[in-house]
Amino acid sequence: MKSIYFYKKIDLKTILSDKQVALTVKRLAHQIVENDTQLSNTVFIGIQPRGIFLSERIVTEIKKIVQPQLVQYGKLDITFYRDDVRNELHIANKTDINFTIENKRVVLIDDVLWTGRTIRAALDALIDFGRPSKVELCVLIDRRFNRELPIQPNYTGKAIDTFVTEKIKVKWREIHEKDEVILI
Amino acid sequence: MKLSAKHLLGIKDLTKEDIQLILSTAINFKDVLQRPVKKVPSLRDVTIVNLFYENSTRTRISFELAEKRLSADTINFTVSGSSAAKGETLLDTVNNILSMKVDMVVMRHSASGAPHFLAKHIPAAIVNAGDGINEHPTQALLDAYSMQEKFGNLEGLKVAIVGDIMHSRVALSNIYLLKKLGAEIIVCGPPTLIPKYITEALNIRVEYNLKNALQWCDVANVLRIQLERQNQPLFSSLREYNLAYGINKKILESLGKEITIMHPGPINRGVELDTDVADGPYSIILNQVENGVAVRMAVLYLLANREN
Repeated sequence: MKSIYFYKKIDLKTILSDKQVALTVKRLAHQIVENDTQLSNTVFIGIQPRGIFLSERIVTEIKKIVQPQLVQYGKLDITFYRDDVRNELHIANKTDINFTIENKRVVLIDDVLWTGRTIRAALDALIDFGRPSKVELCVLIDRRFNRELPIQPNYTGKAIDTFVTEKIKVKWREIHEKDEVILI
Repeated sequence: MKLSAKHLLGIKDLTKEDIQLILSTAINFKDVLQRPVKKVPSLRDVTIVNLFYENSTRTRISFELAEKRLSADTINFTVSGSSAAKGETLLDTVNNILSMKVDMVVMRHSASGAPHFLAKHIPAAIVNAGDGINEHPTQALLDAYSMQEKFGNLEGLKVAIVGDIMHSRVALSNIYLLKKLGAEIIVCGPPTLIPKYITEALNIRVEYNLKNALQWCDVANVLRIQLERQNQPLFSSLREYNLAYGINKKILESLGKEITIMHPGPINRGVELDTDVADGPYSIILNQVENGVAVRMAVLYLLANREN
């Protein structure tokens, strides 16, 4: 038993450390602002549940760069828009978008982009709230292999190449002790 | 997390966790119903038949709307104008419909246990929309949702169920549900309309005096006199029933406290509820109807899962 435990332990691979996560979030925030410096026409939407940790951080960073009252930020739950509803039961979270997205540049924020199906559902969900002029995608981790749909991020924290059998775990200070991205 | 039951036949078969899962999912669906596009594509590959062997306005429209808001395909069946009038049996009718590739059945029937019978014989998921004098689970769920919305929690809430307890499926479903969620219950009505052994069977208190029951409770769920199910006179006249058990403004004002009035509909105005109470500030009757769609969406969504 002991040897298995040890084997598992060294098998963990850190992709981003606590410090790197902070730097990456800062860079993503600056990149997003670069493209619309006044943010007059931009809104931010985090995808429930796990994208929210990242979106909260990015929005906090952006509020340090521009006037905080200009930042419009909402949360989107995509549970009812999934294409696998009948095979796997997902529990819904709260959607909270109290502004219009009509003709806005929407920046969708999620932690890991892999198959692309979550983002597909998010695009469907988004359209029900109005017609954005542009939708961009910001992710912390882009798992480049095994994409099942033609979806690519505009802002990437880190791109990595993985096997299907591998797992990416994003840890956040809010629930774990520190921020960390690991490969299992 | 998922429901422990494959069908929704009655509240009796559900666990407390099932009820809480349905109610919390309904909160998300109520949110969907406030949006500009009040529709989600969750059940776009599901076909649902609404089999109504008994009259209904609210329940049928509510189910149909819930199905459409979930993007399911729906078929409506009413007994008048169908082959049931020609003598086809219930099982034959349902099997014929299912052979046209239908995934779920929503059924109301005047015979208690009709959906339980179907559940034993057909593979589709069944939602009971009221069976005889047995249960009306979605009504109890939407009542609980409405109470939870108003009071936050049902634990310790005092609920009086007033009226025709004997013939009401709403009463039985509500009693099961409120007990599971920890509310306190009193049933109130004339002795002829309260089942004789209800205290022994369900362990709930009976109060024959309306004013005492109202004085005790936070919520009064007022039921309709089910004249269509009474095959013998159980009270002398509707007017006399109104005098003893009708809720009017005067009696509410004499309580010295505010209580919430609920009613599953259809209301017989001037019998169990007077107009100024039914349309008054303490009534949440129309909220109940509004919440019905969200609650039924949650039930259908949770039952459509193939894992079940």
